[in-house]
Amino acid sequence: MDLFHNLAIGFSTAAQPANLLYAFSGCLLGTLIGVLPGLGPLATIAMLLPITYALPPDAALIMLAGIYYGAQYGGSTTAIVVNLPGESSSVVTTIDGYQMAKQGRAGVALSTAAIGSFFAGCVATLALAALAGPLTATALLFGPKEFFALMILGLILASVLSSGPFIEGIGMVVLGMLLSLVGTDLNSGTQRFAFGVPQLFDGLDFVPLAMGIFGFAEIVKNLEQDDKLSLVTQKIANLFPTREDFRRMIPAVLRGTTLGTLLGVLPGGGAVLSSFASYTLEKKLSKHPEEFGKGAIEGIAGPESANNAGAQTSFIPLLTLGVPANVVMALMAGAMNIHNIQPGPEVMTKNPALFWGLIASMWVGNLMLLVLNLPLVGLWVKLLTIPYRYLFPAIMVFCSIGVYSINGGTFEIHEAAAFCVFGYVLIKLQLPAAPLLLGLVLGPAIEENFRRAMVLSRGDATVFLTSPLSASLLAAAAVAIILITLPAIRARREEALQE
Amino acid sequence: MTGPAIRDQRAFAAGALFLAFAIFFFVTALNYPAGTAARMGPGYFPRMLAIVLAAIGLAVMVRAMRSTAERQPLRQWDWKGLAWVTGSVILFALLLFPAGLIGSLFVLIVMSSKASPEFTWKGALTNAAVLIVLCLLVFVYGLGLRLPVWPALFN
Repeated sequence: MDLFHNLAIGFSTAAQPANLLYAFSGCLLGTLIGVLPGLGPLATIAMLLPITYALPPDAALIMLAGIYYGAQYGGSTTAIVVNLPGESSSVVTTIDGYQMAKQGRAGVALSTAAIGSFFAGCVATLALAALAGPLTATALLFGPKEFFALMILGLILASVLSSGPFIEGIGMVVLGMLLSLVGTDLNSGTQRFAFGVPQLFDGLDFVPLAMGIFGFAEIVKNLEQDDKLSLVTQKIANLFPTREDFRRMIPAVLRGTTLGTLLGVLPGGGAVLSSFASYTLEKKLSKHPEEFGKGAIEGIAGPESANNAGAQTSFIPLLTLGVPANVVMALMAGAMNIHNIQPGPEVMTKNPALFWGLIASMWVGNLMLLVLNLPLVGLWVKLLTIPYRYLFPAIMVFCSIGVYSINGGTFEIHEAAAFCVFGYVLIKLQLPAAPLLLGLVLGPAIEENFRRAMVLSRGDATVFLTSPLSASLLAAAAVAIILITLPAIRARREEALQE
Repeated sequence: MTGPAIRDQRAFAAGALFLAFAIFFFVTALNYPAGTAARMGPGYFPRMLAIVLAAIGLAVMVRAMRSTAERQPLRQWDWKGLAWVTGSVILFALLLFPAGLIGSLFVLIVMSSKASPEFTWKGALTNAAVLIVLCLLVFVYGLGLRLPVWPALFN
């Protein structure tokens, strides 16, 4: 069958010793950085991105995927052991994970998360492989107006799912798109918003922006809060779940995987939505809902499987349609651009070894996390005992050198410093930064497709509504906006997304 | 402190930020030809986006002034922490080539450490020593990044 043939191509790429090594070091580094408090996958990827510049494209992407999973797993580890979610998708894990840790069952909680994630990763890899072909075929039917409509839908859904009022999320998307216009206009060669600064002719780089906002500004915020970590100090013994644990976690893992696989594909979906939805579902279905919040193993097994499945299937829109579903994917899109790969349907047709190699290496990465992280849990926990006052200068050093290495110049470091101030303003005004980054990454493609569609229709804007495909995509976006403004749904959303 | 007209100061400031960016981008975009809808120039799309952003900004500001808006004052700002962190990054950038990696890292680490309320000279200096050695091993010898290790004077 085609699917297995393709996976075979993929595994022959992923299983090359060099690529295995990159996947391994990606997972290791990702976990190492992801474990540090206040650093989610986004900052971790941005920080480690420069390391991959020198690698060939397939190795670089494989390593980045490893970093992503490692960072996510690192986030779950801190959620369980110190009640500190590394990022929003492991917020739910803190609820029951930390309780289990307090009961002396941290080891069981960690291995439950690892086993659930691994199983979910296997299923999601298959789903990704199976869906890639048909979706890519659909994408090839898309013209400029359909792509424009699709990206609008993605941005609207991403703002709907970000925290804070919807209208402010949309505002951040539009601001991000405006920032993306800085640089040379490809159609006319005009320098826009560059003010004669040659470093800006190629546009604002997203790495300094991400580092400034998610690295430096985050540090200022953490220093203000100044709360002590509540570390579970006892030794983590006994990693193995009991038979009873297995009986309870298996159905939760299965449900979480299904939910995550489905929700991850949605534009704007991904790991966060999946884990919240799964926790709610598990609590509803459980025979012992009163145990939730007091160390119910389902409360870890479900969401952890769901967020890993969602993290993986959120690659689907990026790789097949070229539309990143969330910020982490936006960063991956940026990373692909650096290696001269335009994410989208062409990746699969023009570069099958890279495409399937990446998919296969996701599975390999998950396997590595399973064998790597459980034995190393003790080491990760040790890292957390380092006081923050020693950690944050280290984070700043790595971020600064990382930003420098993009072009080997200091301009990007100044850029990151400026975005640190901007990011701090955003934190104080409680404006979500994720939609800004999505707008920044999608902006050029939206303008390009908009302009092309308008040229083809001779300036008639109704063309977006008369083509059935783009009309239905825009209608879906409109429905999302109407739903979000209904009071009943708004209240539930606020409840679900509050941090 | 809370003014009578603006109930939600946080949202009002957010809307004002949007509006300010919108005006900046719109006015700058006036320098670029707009073209027509069928043949758009480089100024068309930015103007369109700036108008959308201005509308969003105004809507957010109006919502913040409604009598039903939630009362929210602006949060406390920690200018000192921000200044130490941002300042140390800028100094790192300025010093990297003249003073070399070792000198600029030293300034970055010690100065950013000042942002922490638990700052001690001994801790910061030890941390600087450890991190500088680590960076030299990882970035210069390990990854082979082209970084100026020593001050420009020595070359």
